[in-house]
Amino acid sequence: MKIIVTIKQVANRDAALQIDASGVWIDEEDLDFEVNEPDAYALEAALRLRERAGGEVVALCVGPERCSKAIKEALAKGADRAIHVELDHPERLDTLATARLLAAAAGPEKADLILTGLQSEDLGAGQTGVVLAELLGLPHSTIIMEIEPAGAGVRVRRELEGGRFQHIEMPLPALLTIQSGISKLRYATLMGIKKARSKPRRRVVAEELGVDLTPVAAIERLYPPEKTKQTQMLDGTPAEAAAQLVEKLKFEARVI
Amino acid sequence: MSVLVVLEQDEARWHPASMEALAAGQQLGRELGQPVTAAVAGHRIAALAADAATRKLDRVYVFDAEPLAVYTPDGYAAAIEGLIRSTEPRFVVFPHTYQVRDFAPKLATRFNQVLVSDVVGFKLLDGKPLFVRQLFQGKLLAEVRVNGPGPVFVSVQAGAFRATEAETGAAEVVPFPVEMDAGAIRTRPEPPFRESEGAVDLSAAERIVAAGRGVREQDDLELIEELAGALGAEVAASRPVCDNGWLPMERQVGSSGQTVAPKLYVAVGISGAIQHLVGMKGSRTIVAINKDPDAPIFEVADYGIAGDLYDVAPALIEELRKQ
Repeated sequence: MKIIVTIKQVANRDAALQIDASGVWIDEEDLDFEVNEPDAYALEAALRLRERAGGEVVALCVGPERCSKAIKEALAKGADRAIHVELDHPERLDTLATARLLAAAAGPEKADLILTGLQSEDLGAGQTGVVLAELLGLPHSTIIMEIEPAGAGVRVRRELEGGRFQHIEMPLPALLTIQSGISKLRYATLMGIKKARSKPRRRVVAEELGVDLTPVAAIERLYPPEKTKQTQMLDGTPAEAAAQLVEKLKFEARVI
Repeated sequence: MSVLVVLEQDEARWHPASMEALAAGQQLGRELGQPVTAAVAGHRIAALAADAATRKLDRVYVFDAEPLAVYTPDGYAAAIEGLIRSTEPRFVVFPHTYQVRDFAPKLATRFNQVLVSDVVGFKLLDGKPLFVRQLFQGKLLAEVRVNGPGPVFVSVQAGAFRATEAETGAAEVVPFPVEMDAGAIRTRPEPPFRESEGAVDLSAAERIVAAGRGVREQDDLELIEELAGALGAEVAASRPVCDNGWLPMERQVGSSGQTVAPKLYVAVGISGAIQHLVGMKGSRTIVAINKDPDAPIFEVADYGIAGDLYDVAPALIEELRKQ
């Protein structure tokens, strides 16, 4: 089975964010970037499928030079090869333009399965996978927790709202968006890191894919949320803060 | 020029977010001076259609067909695509549900549009709406403009608009034909199921102490349990803790877990991703303990302590025991 996994690199989730001079994006200067967590689970799901059913795992990433770190990590964990669609400022694209780039790079590969994370931790639109499926004419399902080969297709377990699940069967080729936390993520081994150096990496310049990158939707302003609630921050040592809190919960909020 | 609200139903009952989307659509229509219509898809949903007709809408379009009895992205996208092509709304508004996330981006792509997803509000600038959505797990907000002729596809976050503000009125019910080839639906869904019948009903708890990513190891949950014990509270968690298998899934609060609104909710080591906040922001009093003073959880908290939970929780347990 040939599986493509799309990987996005995002700012570290604990990073303190500053708005940049453009006012529509964050200052990336001193930030650490890492693999978008849901995409790490998509890669894990792909590697596990390959271990069971054989085949090839291809990592596909759209982004600037810094993404070579994310690609290296995917290869070290076990992806067989990688495609890097080089593009500065991927945040200026909307999901349709991003998915068009992914489709242009993934289409000729004729993969059996494309896996994406269910959403990114920065934009959180949660739709690149679904749009990619539509552009490639593939059936899809989202928020997937398990994938079982079933005849010529797959049977997947999809998470529904309110703690419910359902199984869905579909033919291949198909696209699935993968839920976070569905399995334990592997670490790259020393051997894996060593092997990664000789694995094929193809670089494609985004502009050469002949794709319309004009965004339909664009961020006009980015800003920190205003507090809707008046939060009382309790200061001092842990013991002082704890004493104030108990006092407030007892006499102000009256909930204990 | 009109606003189309796509309502969601499950087994002939409204999804609770449907009426919130309706309220959002009505507000958009009112401010832009555009008529508002609604659509609902399913099978044997005449009673729901009749209920929708009691809202302030110009028309309620009903797709009532066997192939739509069970949701599939292919079936729903095809049905609503047909309606949009024939009625040409300027805006299409959805509730931001798992189902909408599954098919609305596909639908938008067919019109060379994107879905502006998980919107928490909108404002008009020069007569055109800017949609507000959260970025970076709620740490920042963005105003998004959609250019071009549309239609503009928008999904609204649960809780962002009030269902009680949806206006009532009288609407005409218009059955809309569904034409679909046998092979058009490529996925075969099976009936929904639960893994275990929830032994714990967190929604009935008066007080909840919830643990998050800030808890480093499973053994450290003892600290959370002790704190819960001292407060007379149930223990809950955000998604990562349950994903690790440290607590059963039924103790998870958030969009994929339970929605709770206790008298007291103490979030310990929870940063406050949107998916968690939607499950607990209705709590009467919220306490947040987190070492990152900029964590979004403090946006919804009444009382906050910016500190390491490993220092604050033991101090709090000690203080409570003194009482």
